[in-house]
Amino acid sequence: MSTSLDIAPAGSEPVSFYVAEEHGHHPENGTLLGFWLYLMSDCLVFAVLFATYAVLGRNYAAGPSGADLFELPTVALNTSMLLLSSITYGFVMLAVEKGKQTPALVWLAITGLFGMAFVGLELSEFAHLIHEGAGPQRSAFLSSFFALVGTHGLHVSVGIIWLITLMVQVKQRGLIPENKRRLMCLSMFWHFLDVVWIGVFSFVYLIGALR
Amino acid sequence: MTFNADFWRFVFGRFTLDALPLHEPILIYTFIGVAVIGIALLGAITYLKAWKYLWTEWFTSVDHKRIGVMYIVLGLVMLLRGFSDAIMMRAQQALAFGHNQGYLPPHHYDQVFTAHGVIMIFFVAMPLVTGLMNFVVPLQIGARDVAFPFLNNFSFWMTVGGAVTVMMSLFVGVFARTGWLAYPPLSGIAYSPDVGVDYYIWALQVAGVGTLLSGVNLIATIIKMRAPGMTLMRMPIFVWTSLCTNVLIVAAFPVLTAVLALLSLDRYVGTNFFTNGFGGNPMMYVNLIWIWGHPEVYILILPAFGVYSEVVSTFCGKRLFGYVSMVYATIVITILAYLVWLHHFFTMGSGASVNSFFGITTMIISIPTGAKIFNWLFTMYRGRIRFELPMMWTLAFMFTFVIGGMTGVMLAVPPSDFVLHNSLFLVAHFHNVIIGGVLFGMFAGITYWFPKAFGFKLDPFWGHMSFWFWVVGFYFAFMPLYVLGLMGVTRRLNHFDDPSLQIWFVIAAFGALLIFIGIISFIVQLVVSFIKREQLRDVTGDPWDGRTLEWSTASPPPAYNFAFTPIIHDHDAWWDMKKRGYTRPIQGFHPIHMPKNTDAGVILAGLSVAIAVGMIWYVWWLAAVSFVSLIVFAIAHTFNYKRDFHIPTEEVVRTEAERTRLLTEGA
Repeated sequence: MSTSLDIAPAGSEPVSFYVAEEHGHHPENGTLLGFWLYLMSDCLVFAVLFATYAVLGRNYAAGPSGADLFELPTVALNTSMLLLSSITYGFVMLAVEKGKQTPALVWLAITGLFGMAFVGLELSEFAHLIHEGAGPQRSAFLSSFFALVGTHGLHVSVGIIWLITLMVQVKQRGLIPENKRRLMCLSMFWHFLDVVWIGVFSFVYLIGALR
Repeated sequence: MTFNADFWRFVFGRFTLDALPLHEPILIYTFIGVAVIGIALLGAITYLKAWKYLWTEWFTSVDHKRIGVMYIVLGLVMLLRGFSDAIMMRAQQALAFGHNQGYLPPHHYDQVFTAHGVIMIFFVAMPLVTGLMNFVVPLQIGARDVAFPFLNNFSFWMTVGGAVTVMMSLFVGVFARTGWLAYPPLSGIAYSPDVGVDYYIWALQVAGVGTLLSGVNLIATIIKMRAPGMTLMRMPIFVWTSLCTNVLIVAAFPVLTAVLALLSLDRYVGTNFFTNGFGGNPMMYVNLIWIWGHPEVYILILPAFGVYSEVVSTFCGKRLFGYVSMVYATIVITILAYLVWLHHFFTMGSGASVNSFFGITTMIISIPTGAKIFNWLFTMYRGRIRFELPMMWTLAFMFTFVIGGMTGVMLAVPPSDFVLHNSLFLVAHFHNVIIGGVLFGMFAGITYWFPKAFGFKLDPFWGHMSFWFWVVGFYFAFMPLYVLGLMGVTRRLNHFDDPSLQIWFVIAAFGALLIFIGIISFIVQLVVSFIKREQLRDVTGDPWDGRTLEWSTASPPPAYNFAFTPIIHDHDAWWDMKKRGYTRPIQGFHPIHMPKNTDAGVILAGLSVAIAVGMIWYVWWLAAVSFVSLIVFAIAHTFNYKRDFHIPTEEVVRTEAERTRLLTEGA
């Protein structure tokens, strides 16, 4: 309760002009809001890359098109790796909610392995394309393809490094509030990348394989 | 012992001794000048044994007030650099007619105008704006710091890192010769193979990280940390304009980051985004960079509008006229900022319907802006106006900005833009709004809040000198450019043939000289004010009879800003408190929870600059080692969980008792 040391002019009801007791420094959910704002800015980076792909995606410069290059079975496998990793990250957060440290760590590890499988498959696809002479320098279509898919892959790789760091920190200090907050941020990041990938999968691979 | 060429190329990349401008006398003298001043400054700091103080109290500080002040110092230092470029251009254009080629050859002149634009926007206007927001916003909303204090320090040092990178290009290698937005294909590797464009890209990328993060930080601060009772519609207008500016930053800067990254891929990897061949499309770049670039204009002007609003209402002794309309005008400008970018290249050939759309949206922006001007005028109407310096800057703004706004509407009409595009008319227009709008606003803000930051006012005589030389100099420098532009003179030329044009350029150069005296007067003002600080001292913390919360605390404010978090009942909260007989609490203090200082910001930004240098000069080992160190250091930093402490009650009691003593002595 706030007390009032200050007396308003006679006749009006007294008002208090300050909070007499002390609150914590950090506001509720400040970090989550800040991180969410960062994610929205990251989303704009992807928006630019999608727009670039939309404009340049058919400029093949007499080179191969998406229909020539994309192997949908590989991409389907790749996509399932990422989608499964999102589900397993959900299990991480369920375990965190219940305060169960070991299951949280196990699910984190599984999520990380799915993520690594995704990045590994993507790298092998890239290597295959470059080997066939369809590298990012070949045409504006391939430049924008590599930029969009590569930026997503880079984000997933950063996510994996972050995930490993958090596993060490949870191991060291347990599920303290700071670590829970960090796990929540990584959770937002991970699901965000999943959503972006749905866009990449439909917009680049599915439509690309058609034309 | 000799090493082969490959070895040296590995160690130094494409850096050779030729990259040092030993054959450019102008740069040698500049370098000597900078070196002498730099050594004198470092020597003075060492002599005064101030290094430890600077490091512990300023460089590693997470206090938003100190970071704000450092931003403003950075902006003012870079203003000197940007202005040197300006006066060199004005001198060259006043001289170089007919047989006289002037003293700046094209390859040098092109670097000068590119650097001038880049520095003035990114390293003068942005730090001044960010600095003011950083200093003022938490105080105005009754908070003790920003939402993420460490991030704030890091953002500042990234901005410094960008500035350092640009300054490095002056003496090591060259800067871009492409104009301040580096349009491809000119900025592609085929036409700009040297380090210039790479300096440009990396300076902006490093600084851009800082800007983006400070945007996130201030939004979170304003949304989450307002004192109880301060609803959105009770926020001071400066907080509103800051909020909108930071929304614009978060929604615009990622586009700049992405488009510059694509340009770097073109230059480093050989991709074909913006090339002429292989399906590339240079107009993609022009569209994308202006999708960032136009909101950027409003990022700069909105906080200045906020300053004018605070100043007008304070110095007229009245509540701001039309608070609600002011808020909505700001929001409308924020949204429209994204719907006008194409007016920067009507001549691209998008067709009549596209050009009409963007012409009309551009003209619509003048409506909320006009509403703001009327709000300020009506606030003055029947107000008790005090012609203190901040108010004078505001009046100069209102006269000047209206002219700039009207020439802007002229340029918004596509047919007239086809005539005026790329001419000196355009140059006159944007200097008219940026100097007359942003810079005057920053001077008003600096003069207004200086006593809050340092506890003494700025000397009014030298302030008036600076004011009159700046304002008159501005008109002399830029009105001739309107005339020249209407006569069809294009921008970015270092030589003219028609001697009848020369007189206008001479007048413009004279104007630049007046502005120079204005800048010198400003520096003298700072020095004189420091010397006379005891006479100019303000112990009340409220020297202007202010209306908002920052004036309720001491000047300079204690580290914790407010011993007790204020409760707000009305907008113009401090005015309300004074009117209702608020008395300052003098007992019942608590320990206060605050964030700890950290050197991580300086180190991370330093490593970022090292990456930039490695990338610019193709010193791949340096870039790789710095990058890995950056990642490792950042991860290691997250293992530090002890980032805050409590200011003990005794210290709060001591600080507040000192203020009580000063207040009673002053009374």
